[in-house]
Amino acid sequence: MSRPIRVLVAKPGLDGHDRGAKVVAAALRDAGMEVIYTGLHQTPEMIATAAIQEDVDVIGLSILSGAHMTLFPRVLDLIRAEGRDDLLLTGGGIIPQEDMDALAALGVGKLFGPGASTGDLVAYIKNWFGQRPPQAV
Amino acid sequence: MTGVHTDADATIAEMQRELDDLRRQVATWRDAYDAGKRRDLNFTNSAKEVAPVYTALDLEGSAGTALEVPGVFPYTRGIHPTGYRGRLWTMRQFAGFGSAKETNERYKFLLEHGTTGLSVAFDFPTLMGYDSDHVRSEGEVGKCGVAISSLADMEALFEGIPLGDVSTSMTINGPAIILWCFYIAAAEKQGVPAEKLRGTVQNDILKEYMAQHAWCFPIEPALRLIVDMFEWGSTHTPEWNTISISGYHIREAGATAAQELAFTLADGFTYVERGIARGLAVDEFAPRLSYFWDVHNDFFEEIAKLRAARRIWARHMKDRYHAKDPRSWVMRFHSQTAGVTLTAQQPMNNVVRVAYQALAAVLGGTQSLHTNSMDETLALPTEQAVQVALRTQQVLAYETGIPNVSDPLGGSYYVEKLTDDLEREAEALFVEIDAAGGVVKALESGWLQRKITESAARQQWEIEQHRRVIVGVNEFESEDSLTIPLLKIDEDAARNQAVRLKQLRESRDNAACTARLDRLREAAKGSENVVPFILDCARAYCTLYEIRAALEDVFGAYREPVFF
Repeated sequence: MSRPIRVLVAKPGLDGHDRGAKVVAAALRDAGMEVIYTGLHQTPEMIATAAIQEDVDVIGLSILSGAHMTLFPRVLDLIRAEGRDDLLLTGGGIIPQEDMDALAALGVGKLFGPGASTGDLVAYIKNWFGQRPPQAV
Repeated sequence: MTGVHTDADATIAEMQRELDDLRRQVATWRDAYDAGKRRDLNFTNSAKEVAPVYTALDLEGSAGTALEVPGVFPYTRGIHPTGYRGRLWTMRQFAGFGSAKETNERYKFLLEHGTTGLSVAFDFPTLMGYDSDHVRSEGEVGKCGVAISSLADMEALFEGIPLGDVSTSMTINGPAIILWCFYIAAAEKQGVPAEKLRGTVQNDILKEYMAQHAWCFPIEPALRLIVDMFEWGSTHTPEWNTISISGYHIREAGATAAQELAFTLADGFTYVERGIARGLAVDEFAPRLSYFWDVHNDFFEEIAKLRAARRIWARHMKDRYHAKDPRSWVMRFHSQTAGVTLTAQQPMNNVVRVAYQALAAVLGGTQSLHTNSMDETLALPTEQAVQVALRTQQVLAYETGIPNVSDPLGGSYYVEKLTDDLEREAEALFVEIDAAGGVVKALESGWLQRKITESAARQQWEIEQHRRVIVGVNEFESEDSLTIPLLKIDEDAARNQAVRLKQLRESRDNAACTARLDRLREAAKGSENVVPFILDCARAYCTLYEIRAALEDVFGAYREPVFF
């Protein structure tokens, strides 16, 4: 029997726009995932620590402030430093396509822009979870 | 006397016959309507069900605005007897990015192209009260607005722009009192006294806790700072709006039109009550309160919302708070087209959305308007996109003939009914807010935030269920999405700001800074008005974060109720 996917939805940086993060958190929960929402104004360190302590599979960052090229790599580095390359780092916000491409090259997962459907996001996470390599116990 | 009665009776009987006739006609129409073929879906951006047609019967029991003219209480039809013939709305484009120097160039560009008021967008560190070189500012300096960390930056922002001649709006809330003092001090440096300054500081902290979330301090001390500004401003800056009570962010966060209307006005009433509790006479500060509304897609509902807002404010100010000065009754407001309605897909379509929303704002009688640029779901706008947005207002103002007539939709059965309904819905929501303990308690418990989050979730569900159509997103999609050029903000702003701040700290009189910050802490601990002390800190080139930190030492920090 498969266990529920655990997701940390986080708002890094100083950006207070949490409409997207809350809508996504509720949609993932409704899709059967276990969702933890950090609240606003989190540092990358707070997010990485929460992700590891809560033993999540997926971290979703919502960034509408333009700081995505700083914050995504920082969180990625922190979880890798903890040896947690197995986590999926995804997210969304106001992120131009060329920045999405640059972040993907670093190892960040798919990023969702304005107008994305929560159904697509749910499908993306479930698909990733289904295809990930077997986990060490 | 009997004759008069008989005439009146005859008139009433005649009106009754006409209404009965209208009822019969409406019944006939209803049969035809029910028998007709119709689309099942009522595509709208409103939470409200609307009827297919409105008649005089919908206004029974209400005079609508049949007995009203513009410029007279309760101002449903507008606040000025002269409408836009007396004064066109201010075309005020919100702008700011990178450094003070770059933004100064954008302001000069806007002024050259006919913008009539400046509007400062600050970056996130500034909005939160952090200096550009603070560790929490990393990656965010100059990204979403201009970075202003001290009086020196404010001076650079308005270099060559005479502050006695422009009106300036500053979108700043948590640390509003500090940025306002930077502005006043920058004007002093130009030789312009505070009493000559015209403009607005947003300063609406209640909607920050509710929706926008750029706060510094807990609710009670934050409200004290705002009342300090009301008090000081009432004598020192008579032409300055010390607050712009904002529905915009509440709506953008997901509220319905009725919630935007009610939650924002409830915030406004809270500020009035706090001013009165300080011992200020309502007519001393209420004339400087202004509002800021979001103008969304549902065209008639938005017009009705603006009409209802004026009427509710006027009635409450006169009847509940006993304001005697008509300037306290009138709601002056700025409007902005709804950022949340813009799409990243087929971005040129946004020009059309913005034009319809701007039309609604003008038909609703706005005093000031920002039109969004087509590229704002992708990045900060380019100069070209900003120019199209400004030209949209100019076409509306100078080519359509619309500004010639005040409240041209007054008397429309539909618009009058919507106006009445929205007023009623707002009054019902005021009762609910009171039952939740009033605005402050309802924020501490998260009640207001939950209402907004629920509305946002419902709207997303409706879009995904195709109950709402968004052109280019869930209908009429096209693969060949046109790409448009985007503005790039480089990291130079952050680097340059760090250098500027280092130089500032080395060149200023640090002993004076320490002494003035200490004096500010002392004032904050007691009940003195803190504006003069913050102004002294600003003049000594204390930085934004130094002043914020001094206040935080006394007030503590805010913790939000976290939920989804």
